[in-house]
Amino acid sequence: MQAYLILANGRVFTGQSVGCAGTTVGEVVFATGMVGFQETLTDPSYYGQIITQTYPLIGNYGMNKADHESAKVWAKGYIVRQACTTPSNFRCEKTLDAFLKENGTVGIEGIDTRALTRTLRESGVMNGAITTEFDPADAANAEKLANLLRAVSAYAVTGAVAAVTCKAAHTFPPLTPPAPGWQGEYGSSGELPPAADGEKPLHIALLDLGCKNNILRCLRKRGCTVTVLPATATAADLAALGADGLMLSNGPGDPAENTVVIQNLRQMLDTGIPTFGICLGHQLTALAAGAKTAKLKYGHRGANQPVTELATKRTFITSQNHGYAVQSGTVPAAMGAVSHVNANDNTCEGVAYTAWNCFTVQFHPEASGGPRDTEFLFDRFLSNVRAARAAAPAGADPAKTPVKEVR
Amino acid sequence: MPKDPRIQKVLVIGSGPIIIGQAAEFDYSGTQACRALKAEGVETVLVNSNPATIMTDPDIADHVYIEPLTAAVVERIIEKERPDAILPNLGGQMGLNLSMELARNGFLDRSGVRLLACRPDTIDRAEDRQLFKDTMEKLHQPVIPSKVVEDLEDAVAFAGEIGYPVIVRPAFTMGGTGGGICEDEEKLREIGTNGLRLSPIHQVLIEKCIAGWKEIEYEVMRDSKGNVITVCNMENLDPVGIHTGDSIVVAPSQTLSDHEYQMLRTAALDIITELGIEGGCNCQFALKPDSFEYAVIEVNPRVSRSSALASKATGYPIAKVATKIALGYTLDEITNEVTGETCACFEPALDYVVVKYPKWPFDKFVYADKSLGTQMMATGEVMAIGNSFEHAMMKAVSSTELGMDTLRLPGLAQLPDEEIVRRLAVQDSERAFVVYEALGRGIPHEKIYEITKIDPWFLDKLQNLADAEQRLRTEPLTEQSYRAAKKLGFLDKTILRLSGAGALPCAPARAGFKMVDTCAAEFAARTPYFYSTWDEENEAADFIAGRGGKGRKKVLVFGSGPIRIGQGIEFDYCSVHAVWTLKNHGCEAILVNNNPETVSTDFDTGDRLYFDPLTPESVDHIIATEKPDGCVVQFGGQTAIKLARHMEEIGLPILGTPADAIDEAEDRERFDALLERCGIPRPEGRTVYTLDEALRAAREVGYPVLMRPSYVLGGQNMIVAYNSADVEEYMGVITAHVDMSHPVLMDKYIFGTECEVDAICDGEDYLVPGIMEQVERTGVHSGDSICVYPPYDFPPSVVDTLVDYTGRFARELKVVGLVNVQYAVQNGKVYVIEVNPRSSRTVPYISKVTGVPMVDLAVRCTLGEKLRDMGYGTGLWRGGQSPYTAVKVPVFSFEKLHGVDTMLGPEMKSTGEVLGIAPTFHEAMLKGLIGAGFRFKTPGPGSCVIISVKDSDKREVTDLAWKLHDYGYKIYATAGTASYLRRQMIPCSTVRQMSGERPNVIDLLESELVDYIISTSPHGRDPHRDSVRFRRKATELSIPLLTSLDTARVLVDALRSEHSIDGMELVDVAALHRHAAGEARISG
Repeated sequence: MQAYLILANGRVFTGQSVGCAGTTVGEVVFATGMVGFQETLTDPSYYGQIITQTYPLIGNYGMNKADHESAKVWAKGYIVRQACTTPSNFRCEKTLDAFLKENGTVGIEGIDTRALTRTLRESGVMNGAITTEFDPADAANAEKLANLLRAVSAYAVTGAVAAVTCKAAHTFPPLTPPAPGWQGEYGSSGELPPAADGEKPLHIALLDLGCKNNILRCLRKRGCTVTVLPATATAADLAALGADGLMLSNGPGDPAENTVVIQNLRQMLDTGIPTFGICLGHQLTALAAGAKTAKLKYGHRGANQPVTELATKRTFITSQNHGYAVQSGTVPAAMGAVSHVNANDNTCEGVAYTAWNCFTVQFHPEASGGPRDTEFLFDRFLSNVRAARAAAPAGADPAKTPVKEVR
Repeated sequence: MPKDPRIQKVLVIGSGPIIIGQAAEFDYSGTQACRALKAEGVETVLVNSNPATIMTDPDIADHVYIEPLTAAVVERIIEKERPDAILPNLGGQMGLNLSMELARNGFLDRSGVRLLACRPDTIDRAEDRQLFKDTMEKLHQPVIPSKVVEDLEDAVAFAGEIGYPVIVRPAFTMGGTGGGICEDEEKLREIGTNGLRLSPIHQVLIEKCIAGWKEIEYEVMRDSKGNVITVCNMENLDPVGIHTGDSIVVAPSQTLSDHEYQMLRTAALDIITELGIEGGCNCQFALKPDSFEYAVIEVNPRVSRSSALASKATGYPIAKVATKIALGYTLDEITNEVTGETCACFEPALDYVVVKYPKWPFDKFVYADKSLGTQMMATGEVMAIGNSFEHAMMKAVSSTELGMDTLRLPGLAQLPDEEIVRRLAVQDSERAFVVYEALGRGIPHEKIYEITKIDPWFLDKLQNLADAEQRLRTEPLTEQSYRAAKKLGFLDKTILRLSGAGALPCAPARAGFKMVDTCAAEFAARTPYFYSTWDEENEAADFIAGRGGKGRKKVLVFGSGPIRIGQGIEFDYCSVHAVWTLKNHGCEAILVNNNPETVSTDFDTGDRLYFDPLTPESVDHIIATEKPDGCVVQFGGQTAIKLARHMEEIGLPILGTPADAIDEAEDRERFDALLERCGIPRPEGRTVYTLDEALRAAREVGYPVLMRPSYVLGGQNMIVAYNSADVEEYMGVITAHVDMSHPVLMDKYIFGTECEVDAICDGEDYLVPGIMEQVERTGVHSGDSICVYPPYDFPPSVVDTLVDYTGRFARELKVVGLVNVQYAVQNGKVYVIEVNPRSSRTVPYISKVTGVPMVDLAVRCTLGEKLRDMGYGTGLWRGGQSPYTAVKVPVFSFEKLHGVDTMLGPEMKSTGEVLGIAPTFHEAMLKGLIGAGFRFKTPGPGSCVIISVKDSDKREVTDLAWKLHDYGYKIYATAGTASYLRRQMIPCSTVRQMSGERPNVIDLLESELVDYIISTSPHGRDPHRDSVRFRRKATELSIPLLTSLDTARVLVDALRSEHSIDGMELVDVAALHRHAAGEARISG
């Protein structure tokens, strides 16, 4: 079946349908990761967007449940050059096409994704639509096309966090370390030690702004009990939970739109709770501190972004997915300072706060997909949490919430 | 950290002669390193014994020593030049081993020379098997069960413990020399013995065989601050068990999920961090196809063949960045030159697929064993870029110059299905084609996978190609099927051939070129590096429209494709120099090539680089986009020459010598007419088509005769026939392998001295920079001969005749540019053997030793300049006088090529060469022989020499035998030779032939008492012959073997001479050039 990608500037790409037939409108962005298409597809941060994969062969290793970053596809559409129909990998459960169909995702393949990427790079992020319902080149469809283009121009990603956050709190127990003889993953990243013997598991509240599963996993495999809170949670909710630390997740949309969340967040941070923010969590924290965010021309979406940690001058390769960034000059000196910058364009990639027990990063230390080189930031966060707990007055029992297995 | 100010002068060690496993990639990396050093204002000293390289150019380094790569020589160079530091990690295993030797023996410390980029203990931890295992265990990185042994019995015992099959990997050998998979104890005893002998430290690793796991490689880099990045990962289509140099490799990996990709990436980064390498490193992993289980197979703590490939595949200049890191910069301080804005501390994102395909020498050696294993066999490789695997694969196949335009190998079609299935299990150079044949026949993927363990993903893609080929054959050609076939990479001529259609159903597809930009279009890039696709957008056209400097003459330069025997790195040298000269003279130079190992495919060599096949159709698309004013074909070897006729057909002007001259030189009748016009004699000859005609012609002309197919490709399939049996064998082989629409040429074989002359001609005047005389008499291919400049025993009259004849040819053929002529000199009379109106193998050698920049002058001629205005004069340069003698000595890779007769003949067998340059002939010869790896031994107790020569050589060998006896060797000879020698009063013992009863010559060979062998008897190519087996055995035991009495004579003279390399003058070739250029300036 023919499918068409129609950009807001009127440019049309003709390809074939993949996934569901129909029409979809969204913000067209591109992601440069060569692997990890499944993590990208299920990442809630892509809410409202139509994802273009710059790597031409997508779906080579198929889909498997274990690598999903959330339960479904949040993106509005999917653009690939070639969707593999015969995937090969020992964990493969289904094809990309089948997965998109299950999720009701409209996709297009067989177009020149590099030409599209160059267009987006030059003109910045642009709205667009994918349709299988009419041929925009056919003069008979002029009215349909005009209507669709109106919808495209009018489109804006709004209410994103509310759409992707969980509806109620859930608590997850720590993950047990792999059994001896386990034929799984070797190496430093897979075998981090659980909490020290006899230590009560740390309890982390995870504010779900569109959370990727691997943030949860990174905390749980480090021996933490994690309670995922909806984005609407207030400082009182957090206090009632009695958590040792607060984790702010990634998420979609324009950060400045989330005025209530920012308000709540400021109150939470004012309690002095050790906090670690990623991506949208990082941006909301900055806004709470009085900094400003701005939209980037075409964002950073890929697994190869260099980030320099200013304190050590070390540069790390990071996974990123964001369209907005904290404006470096706007972080109030009394609150904190920029701690990380992008080595390519010098944009803000992290803030260390002095007013709060908090540090945040724009990139994704939880990886999935992408490099795991900055996963140590979770350890840094947890050592902050441990230090705070050691300093806390005795008697407080943070782990009073009953633990129940949900996922 | 900025550049270390203490580093002002750096020594770079090259990799020596091209051999299998160590090829042009190190010229690429060394050249890039030198250029990076120069850009940083560092004075560079270069040492490399290989004269065919670009790195040994005076433009590349400040001081150039083409000297034997031994520790003693390098020490003397260091004492002379006093560099501050040594850069060890860019000259392959050779450069690394030498640097480590100097570090270990304390020389570097004593002379205050710093070792950049790595420390000896780092290298040991990567290369010493036990230390490597310990390091991996410390990192919790899994390795394959293995044990280091120094004794065969220990090997057998350990193999019994872990179970067969096992792999033998000798320590400190390059390209896996001497290793192999052993199915049982017998095989282990054979390979193990060999491996222990070849390892310089007499150590091999016995390892559990994990054949069938996926083989994945990561190219990683690290700086002094500890920043680490992955440049590229690669997946081998062939599973573990076939050397990665012999595997079809794709980049990036295709069948790994993010989970597996990151798992191995993290492992690679942990390894380079633990080893503390500052620079590049290659990590090879085996990954079990059905779990996350993996093992680290190998770590190369240096720039390698794979890093050259990764550089070209991504656009990331690994060697340049590694050099800057060695100077003290950190990755974040180095700019990504591709974008000009972002930094080098990032990981390239590809938006295309890269396929690397090996080039094996088996099309040349019909008797060679084609099977592949852990020891590399390929001499070179091609790379192809496409936006689908299928397109890239099809480009790769047509780039390998096997005469194939799909994966369908002629000959397989006739075999029954059972035979195809049987051959699937044979790991050889044709297996990809067998798999393709099996897919075409509908043999189920499960079955193919079970046998080959080639991932089903690749099988599916190859199936798409097989199905498309089938559809083209059986269905009518429509616009739709045409477009579908184009997308998969079928050429127009292939589509027409398969479909039988008279014409295409629509206008031919037009290629759109895309840019290799390291970042998947995320940033605007300025790299002029392109590959073709069937997309509409044409980034090359946009780039051309947007560039500055319009109005310059645009010239297309064709490269020489993959490195192979007969067409090696010297043609890359010529292509690159042609490009540089064009650029220096106001032209835009546009390069087309497909070899990832070369300097020519660096994106900053030409004004633009097209990484695409050198086929007429592919080139047509480039021409359509570039609209060049002309092209040059004379610098890219036979690959470029083959495009000449097509260029004439499409009307693109060829700069320099017209295409017709090539035909005139190759077509026998036209060539005879040319000789007539020039008044130059040639040996009597005949043209024959059948065996009967051949036998009759041989009788008429008289044996021995030289036989070759017309349109010879670098001496391919050329022999000297001594009798009718040779003629019969040859005609049998040739009719089986060569299209007989071209006849076989038979010439009277002239016994005499062969010599070679290269000249530059501007259409009127000519300049002969130098004449080279060959040590071996006629009949040995010039590429395999020891070759001396200036000639050492020609009278002036012969020299005059050679110069005069060369001038006549050049003028008569209307040569504008380079011409190469080969002559035979017999009793003072000069005969012509062949004329090649193009650049030759000897151009870099002669350019370097004479100081005449031959390619530069030749290109200027093609641009219309006149030799008389260039300052180097006309006729014979400096009247043939030279302050130095330069001896080129060929280097062979016989240890790797099983079943190939080491006997030299008219067909070229050497893979590389070295140069010895010194004030006298004997000194230069000694340097050359040492550089080529001859170990000069002094006879000890029981040391002996074996002599076995054919009857016609017996008289001549007497003198040699006496000299060897006199030098202290015991002489053994086979029956005929022995009785002859005894009659000449030379004491010698008779040894039985291989087929004779034991103890025979085998036992003698294995006794480790044999220092040299002289074997010229009897000639033949069939590997089952006694003499061929004898020579093979000697080669496998690494005993120096001389198959020509001439070679033997110079060796024996060198042995007996009083000269020692220790006190010999070290010649700075760059200084020779400066001197010659100075002379040219004065006279010009």
